[in-house]
Amino acid sequence: MDIVVCVKQVPDVSEAELRIDEAGKDIKKEELVFDINEWDDYALEEALLMKERYGGLVTAITLGPPAAEETLRKCLAKGCDAAVRLYDDTFKGCDAYATAKILAAAIKALDLKYDLILTGAQASDDGYAAVGPALAQLLDIPYATLVKKVEVLSDRNAVKVHRELDGGLEEVLELDLPALLTIQTGINEPRYVSIMGIKRSARRGIKVLGLKELGLPEEEVGEAGSWLKTLRAYLPATEVKTVFLKGSPEEVASKLVSILRERGLM
Amino acid sequence: MRELMVIAEHRRGELREVTFECLGLARSLAGALDAQVACALLGLNVSGFGEVLASYADRVLVVEHEALREFNSDVYGQALSSLIEGRRPFLVVMGHTAMGLELAPSLAVKLGVPLATDCVEVKVRGGEVFVTRQVYGGKVNVELALRSCETYMVTVRPGAFPMEAAKPVKGEVVRVQPPALEVGRKRFLGYVEPPKAEVDITKADVIVSVGRGIKDAKNIPMVEELAKALKGVVGCSRPVADKGWLPKDRHIGMSGKTVKPKLYLALGISGAFQHVMGMNRSQLIIAVNRDPSAPIFKVAHYGVVDDLFKIVPALKNEIARVKGGV
Repeated sequence: MDIVVCVKQVPDVSEAELRIDEAGKDIKKEELVFDINEWDDYALEEALLMKERYGGLVTAITLGPPAAEETLRKCLAKGCDAAVRLYDDTFKGCDAYATAKILAAAIKALDLKYDLILTGAQASDDGYAAVGPALAQLLDIPYATLVKKVEVLSDRNAVKVHRELDGGLEEVLELDLPALLTIQTGINEPRYVSIMGIKRSARRGIKVLGLKELGLPEEEVGEAGSWLKTLRAYLPATEVKTVFLKGSPEEVASKLVSILRERGLM
Repeated sequence: MRELMVIAEHRRGELREVTFECLGLARSLAGALDAQVACALLGLNVSGFGEVLASYADRVLVVEHEALREFNSDVYGQALSSLIEGRRPFLVVMGHTAMGLELAPSLAVKLGVPLATDCVEVKVRGGEVFVTRQVYGGKVNVELALRSCETYMVTVRPGAFPMEAAKPVKGEVVRVQPPALEVGRKRFLGYVEPPKAEVDITKADVIVSVGRGIKDAKNIPMVEELAKALKGVVGCSRPVADKGWLPKDRHIGMSGKTVKPKLYLALGISGAFQHVMGMNRSQLIIAVNRDPSAPIFKVAHYGVVDDLFKIVPALKNEIARVKGGV
C-alpha cells in the first residue's frame, strides 16, 4: 500500500491578535507559530497506520517556502519514507486549483507510485476544502471527502470508507484503488513526536522541485493559474451586541449569577 | 435569457434547507442580471420535490435516473456537467455541505469553470463575480474575484443567506433526459446512523459546553460539576469529541447535534462556524474565552475575556453561595 500524503504548514491563529499586512491581502505572519494543518496531521496518521498494517511507502509532499520543511521533518520523524517540497517564486497567490495542478504535476514528474493519496479535508487557514477533490479530478482517480473511517478491501483492490454527513450521520462508499481521500479530524489519534525526533530527521534529504522540474507553464500557477484572485483582506467588525463582563473572576461570577437569576435560569 | 442554476440538495426523502438559501441568493442576484433562476433536481422519483421547488424557481430541471437514486459525486458529476454544458448558466450555486464540497471542486475542474467555496457573500459587478470568504478560523474576511469566464460556480456557507420565500406563481417543471450514466469506480453502499445517545443533549434547558480551551480530559469533571449545579448537561465542540474527552453524542455543531437551550455557556470554544451552526439559536449565549478576537463573541449575548480555569471555580462558588442562601 503506497501512499502519498499532501500536507500544508499553517500558522496557529487560535489565540493570536491578527493584523493585516501592508499589501492588504493577507495577515502578518512574522510573529506566528507554524505547524502542520490539523486535518493533514490526521491524514498523515492514517497513512502511517496503513503502512504499519499493510507495508509500502509513504511520501509526504507540501507546497511552501523553505520554512515549510519543518512540517516535512515532522512527517519524516513520524515515519514517512520520503518528503518532497514544491516551491517557486511563481507559486505566489495559488488558490486550491493552482495548488492541485502543482501537486498533480509533481506526482507525475516524480513518477510517484500510489494506491492512495491522503490529505486533510480542509486547511485551517484558507478553508477551501477543494484541493483534494480537484487533485483527484486532475489525476482521474475516484475520491471521497470528509472521511471518518477507512477499511482496505485487499481482495478487490478497493477501500470502503465512511464519509461524515451531518447530525452524526455517515454514508458508506466503496472506491476502487488508486483513490484519493480527504480525512476528517477525529478519525484516529495522531502520534506525538518529540523535538529531538524531528531534529534527528534533519539529515534526511528532502527533494525540492520548482516550476521547471514540474514542467508546468507559468500561467498555470500562482495567481494567473488560479480560479480566485484576492482583492483585500480585512478584520471583520466586531458586533456591538455582545455585552462584555469585566472585573475579577469573583465579580464576573457574581454578574453571571445575577443574569441567570433574572432570567429564571437558577 | 441568462440562467442562475441552483443545485438542489436532498437526502432520504427530504429537501435540505440550504437549497432554499441558495435559491434566496440566486433570486437576489437575478433582478440586476435580468436572469432567471433555475433549480437542478437530480434523483429518482423526485417529482414531488420538483413541485415544491417550482414555487421558488422560475424553472425546475428534473433529471431522473436509477444511478441518481443516492448522491454520488461521480454520477452527479456526469449528469451535471452535461446539464451545465448544455445550458451554460451564468452562475451555478450549491451549499458548502457534505454534498457540495464533495461535488463542486471536481465538477469545476472538469468543466473548466472557476469556483469559490464556502462563500458568505456573492456579488456580481460588470458581469464578473466577487465573493467574500472567512479565513483563519473566522478571524479574517477576504474579498476575492473569480477569473473571468462564461460560467461561474460557488458553494455557499449554510445559514449565510436568507431562505427564498415561496411565490404564488409557479415556475415550469422541465424534465431533462440525462446522458448515459453509470456507477463506476465509486459506489454508494448505505448510511450508518449515529449511535443512540446516552444523554439527549438536544432536550436540555442548560448546556455547559467546552472546547479546546479545556486542554485535557482531566479537566472535564470540573465542568460536569458546574453543569450539575446549573441543572444542565455538558456538551462540547469538535476537538473535544475528536480527542475522545467526551462522547461523540455530546458534539454540538453541523456534523454533530443542533441545540437550542435556554442557556448555552461556551467555555474555551473559539466559535468556528460549524460549531456556531449547531448552537446559534440558543436563547441566551454566554461565552468565556481568553482570546478577545474569538469568533464565538460574535454570537454571544454576554462575553467574558478571561481564563475559564479562573471563571469556572469562581462561578461554582458563587452558585453555591447563592443557593446556600448566604
